[in-house]
Amino acid sequence: MKEYVLRRLVSMVPVMLIVSIISFSLLYGLPGDPAIALIGEDVGNEEAYEAIREDLGLNDPIWVQYGKWLGRTLQGDLGNSIRTKEEVTDILLRRAPISLYYGVAGLLVGVALGMFGAIVSALRPGSKLDVLGTLTAMAGIELPSFWLALLLMYLFSLTLGWLPPSGYVSPFEDLVDSGKLLIMPALVLGTGSAAVIMRQGRSALIEVMSQDYITSARARGLHERTVIVRHAIKNALIPVVTILGLQIGNLVSGAVITETVFAIPGIGRTAVESIFFRDFPVLQGAVLMLTFTVLLANLLTDLAYGYIDPRIRFR
Amino acid sequence: MATSIHASASANENICARNCPGESALTTIRVATASPDKGEYVATAALEGRAARVRTHRRFAFLRRILDIRLVGPSLIILLIVIVSALGAGLISPHDPSTQDYTAFTQGPSLSHPLGTDDLGRDVLARLIYGARISLQVGIIAVGIAVTLGVTLGLLSGYAGGFVDDLIMRFVDAVQAFPTLVLALAITAALGPNVANAMIAIRFVSIPAMARLTRGQTLTVREHEYVTAARVIGVSPLRIMLRHILPNTTAPIIVQATLLIASAIVTEASLSFLGVGVQPPTPTWGGMLRTGSQYLETAPWIAFSAGTAIFLTVLAFNFVGDGLRQALDPRLRTRR
Repeated sequence: MKEYVLRRLVSMVPVMLIVSIISFSLLYGLPGDPAIALIGEDVGNEEAYEAIREDLGLNDPIWVQYGKWLGRTLQGDLGNSIRTKEEVTDILLRRAPISLYYGVAGLLVGVALGMFGAIVSALRPGSKLDVLGTLTAMAGIELPSFWLALLLMYLFSLTLGWLPPSGYVSPFEDLVDSGKLLIMPALVLGTGSAAVIMRQGRSALIEVMSQDYITSARARGLHERTVIVRHAIKNALIPVVTILGLQIGNLVSGAVITETVFAIPGIGRTAVESIFFRDFPVLQGAVLMLTFTVLLANLLTDLAYGYIDPRIRFR
Repeated sequence: MATSIHASASANENICARNCPGESALTTIRVATASPDKGEYVATAALEGRAARVRTHRRFAFLRRILDIRLVGPSLIILLIVIVSALGAGLISPHDPSTQDYTAFTQGPSLSHPLGTDDLGRDVLARLIYGARISLQVGIIAVGIAVTLGVTLGLLSGYAGGFVDDLIMRFVDAVQAFPTLVLALAITAALGPNVANAMIAIRFVSIPAMARLTRGQTLTVREHEYVTAARVIGVSPLRIMLRHILPNTTAPIIVQATLLIASAIVTEASLSFLGVGVQPPTPTWGGMLRTGSQYLETAPWIAFSAGTAIFLTVLAFNFVGDGLRQALDPRLRTRR
């Protein structure tokens, strides 16, 4: 097991290296010279301009810039924001918990809705309820998150007035307000995953329900609920966990949209804002952090198999 | 029937006719036309004529089969409307998409403006019709190029194996590690926000899925006897890849491409919605939704029109993709 984890970590290295090269080279080509953006009032002052370029290391050859950047990045130094001069690591660490708070809520909504739908559908395959569920799931997968966000906002905030339209309150400050502001973003984030989980969970459950041990559990006179909860669901979870791991990437993409629509100061919104301000160290840091999260989630998913299914042995 | 028609065709087709009896006529015909080593055809004119009739008949059968699949018919109608709007925007649009009506800002649906007007007094329906152009353009052109590049990489990777395979697949892994929208955002930001760059970004994020799929298919197909046979008689690797492997991997590629078009349309709309994609005043569905989100309370029709258009188009592409998958895969044909 330990060896497997180690090997998986080592196999992440080349991928991370290519990821770092892509992120670095992408943002190196950002339009507009950051030195010009920084110089502000002093336009035309060659000396000040050169000083800033030298300071940012923009005059070095590109591979030197990459080497220096990679070295610093590995030490957790992502540079300073061009706009606020703050350290990028500080900005990201301050905003990461907010994204995580919404992300976990979204994932929970996704799993709860998805598994509920899967069970309802799988118990009576082919029934009207099943067809309805399957079609809803299909629509749910394709429903663009920005469109769902606007629909919910229109319905629950503008028409019914039940929920505040947007903003962020820390749960430590005011739990009720924070919760109210959490509902819509969590629904938007969770819908895509819910739909995928429902589809996957449904087919896994249908397959499990035809296994011999289910028949024997029923024959022993166990209550149907016990059969489903104790025997079927646990075995149907493996494909669901796989899908869940793959959903993290979509969840991160979804975070960019929801955080922008609902004005949540998380990493996704930070990334979008940094584009408008041409603040490329921040954009670079946000992209790296989000991508690293996805890679880590995939690793954790792999390890989770062993926990759920003891039959799987890591070699 | 299939065997008799193809009895005199090349070895390649023979294997398919024998081994894949359930495969659709379209597939066998595709294989036949993909490697028309004409010298090997010794069929008589009469047989050719009969084969042609069977082909036409079977092609209709394919059409009927795919139309039988749930929701494919309505989806094709939606796609037809989108395509006609994009191609004939100038003819069918009731107004010019950028003409501002100073007497009608954010006006609700009326006879002269069936879907209302936006914040600058522009006709929403006209912008919707012209917006179809960008969506389709991005969807089809960007995915078309992505498919070409992805298939090339996948073929190379799968056929060459070894170091080339490792190199290509590690690159694909790395690109896939990025969350799609985040990568597309970064690329568009780096290159500058406009249609062409949005398309480059979408192309880049679509390549891995295609490359991975083609590689997987290639690994299977290259083990078939007819590929070994071709190799033994000294056919060049390039010719084997293009003439023998590629034609036998097209069905899943077509399906995947249809699904990629749907996600490309969503990615473009997301970029425009966030303000980093296609820039105003060019009418795009994502851009309209961005405007609509600012006027959600006073002029909800702007967001509703654009959102519905995006959703229906994407859904239609998905249903058609799923339909193609079922119609092209003989194993899925019985289950529905």
